[in-house]
Amino acid sequence: MANHYLSIEQIGKSFSRGAAATEVLRDVSLSVARGEFISLIGHSGCGKSTLLNIVAGLTPASTGAVLLDGKAVDEPGPDRAVVFQNHSLLPWLTVYENVALAVNKVFGGRKSAAERRQWTMYNLELVHIGHARDKRPSEISGGMKQRVGIARALAMEPKVLLLDEPFGALDALTRAHLQDQVMQIHATLGNTVLMITHDVDEAVLLSDRIVMMTNGPAATIGEVLDVPLARPRDRITLASDRTYLKSREAVLKFLYERHRFVEAAE
Amino acid sequence: MTATAAKTMPAPVRQARPAAQVLALPLRKQAFSDRIFRAGRELAFQLVPPLITLALLIGLWELLCSSPTASLPPPSRVVTDTWELIVNPLYDNGGNDKGMAWQIYASLKRVALGYMLAAVAGIALGVLVGQSSLAMRGLDPIFQVLRTVPPLAWLPLSLAAFRDGEPSAIFVIFITAIWPIIINTAVGIRNIPADYRNVARVLRLNGFEYFHRIMLPAAAPYIFTGLRIGIGLSWLAIVAAEMLIGGVGIGFFIWDAWNSSLISDIILALIYVGLVGFVLDRIVAFIGNRVTRGTAAS
Repeated sequence: MANHYLSIEQIGKSFSRGAAATEVLRDVSLSVARGEFISLIGHSGCGKSTLLNIVAGLTPASTGAVLLDGKAVDEPGPDRAVVFQNHSLLPWLTVYENVALAVNKVFGGRKSAAERRQWTMYNLELVHIGHARDKRPSEISGGMKQRVGIARALAMEPKVLLLDEPFGALDALTRAHLQDQVMQIHATLGNTVLMITHDVDEAVLLSDRIVMMTNGPAATIGEVLDVPLARPRDRITLASDRTYLKSREAVLKFLYERHRFVEAAE
Repeated sequence: MTATAAKTMPAPVRQARPAAQVLALPLRKQAFSDRIFRAGRELAFQLVPPLITLALLIGLWELLCSSPTASLPPPSRVVTDTWELIVNPLYDNGGNDKGMAWQIYASLKRVALGYMLAAVAGIALGVLVGQSSLAMRGLDPIFQVLRTVPPLAWLPLSLAAFRDGEPSAIFVIFITAIWPIIINTAVGIRNIPADYRNVARVLRLNGFEYFHRIMLPAAAPYIFTGLRIGIGLSWLAIVAAEMLIGGVGIGFFIWDAWNSSLISDIILALIYVGLVGFVLDRIVAFIGNRVTRGTAAS
């Protein structure tokens, strides 16, 4: 059971527009253990986001099923919290209210008002954003917004945390900083994480396993790479670590030698 | 050359330091008076051009209408003719013979009632049309046809239905103001970013929570655009409607003045209508800015 906390079973997805149908995913199967950090990597258009949305329940699968903790996923819910690529904070709410909206909805019946306030602040502090609690999203930087997005997702105490290219829109320094924070949170809370990324270094640094997707149409899992690096990981010492470099090379080879991005496929 | 420059360099720096300190105090005072000066200049920038335009227009009008054969009174005559009305806005001799303030108040009351009804019904229908594509397909073509019917064309029909002037006028306001509110609300609802919907779905917000936590705030800028167009149209329609239904009200005041050939009264009333319309528009815009402060900037 422990090995199949989240299991994606033979997922297929095709979109039909009028008479024409495009098959985006075919036969995607993956088992994720509790507490595992998985990265999904692949060229753009390969259906990574579609797969994540299917796990989130936001997009229904055409075939196959997703099982989480023994139950089939058929609708979105707070047990599969999503950190969206563009943070998706509600601009009319403050940082605190954005997180509190999730906390009040998920724990409304189970925690007292004081406990919920405390839990909201705890999660804001976890991503070091407590000082900006009364700011609106338009008043804070991109990195801070993404941190609030992560705090909102963590505050739901999800069974699996879904990250859709969470650091894609950030500059390299902010990104490194946030990656370190995510690693730290993962070490403390032991979340099960499924993350989409374009960044090979990010995938190797953060993941226990890297799932590499073939190019679409009808994309599927091409290869799964184990990253046998001990945690906690440090980006500076890893920069010259042999296992790290080999993992990195394996991903690069997959992406640029065997499954080169074909422009015409777009 | 460089040697002398290097030698003389420290001297002015040392001298400049106390000089800067002495200057610091009056500098701050100056900044304060400077701010007042700047604010005054800003205000003048805003006020002077329209005042000049106004003066020119009045001058031109005076010039054109001052000949004894002119069919319209010049501004100076308007002021002397209507002086009683200007200084006594609150007199009440019973019947229709009331001061300008009462006339405008009566019109505003009708507009307020009709407009409130239109706002509530318009937002509700807009939400329905924006949210459900079935309602959209069913209702939108009908709205598109009905909204082109001129406000006054509804008046005979509503008089026939209500058999009374008062509810008919309110109905005309309602039917005039509702279309832009419905259409803008629906557009606002349809334009809610998919991300916000996804957030709501992940959180499993129920219908009511989604409505007031996501839908209303996200669509608020659009809704207020509709409300602002609506208030302008209401005020346009009330004057015309009141001309036909009679009673107390700025519209009938104008019609009454025309029948008594009191051209100056008409001109005074038009100025009041314009000013009140302007203020109404500004009030709705102000509320809109307040409410959508967070939403517009994202």
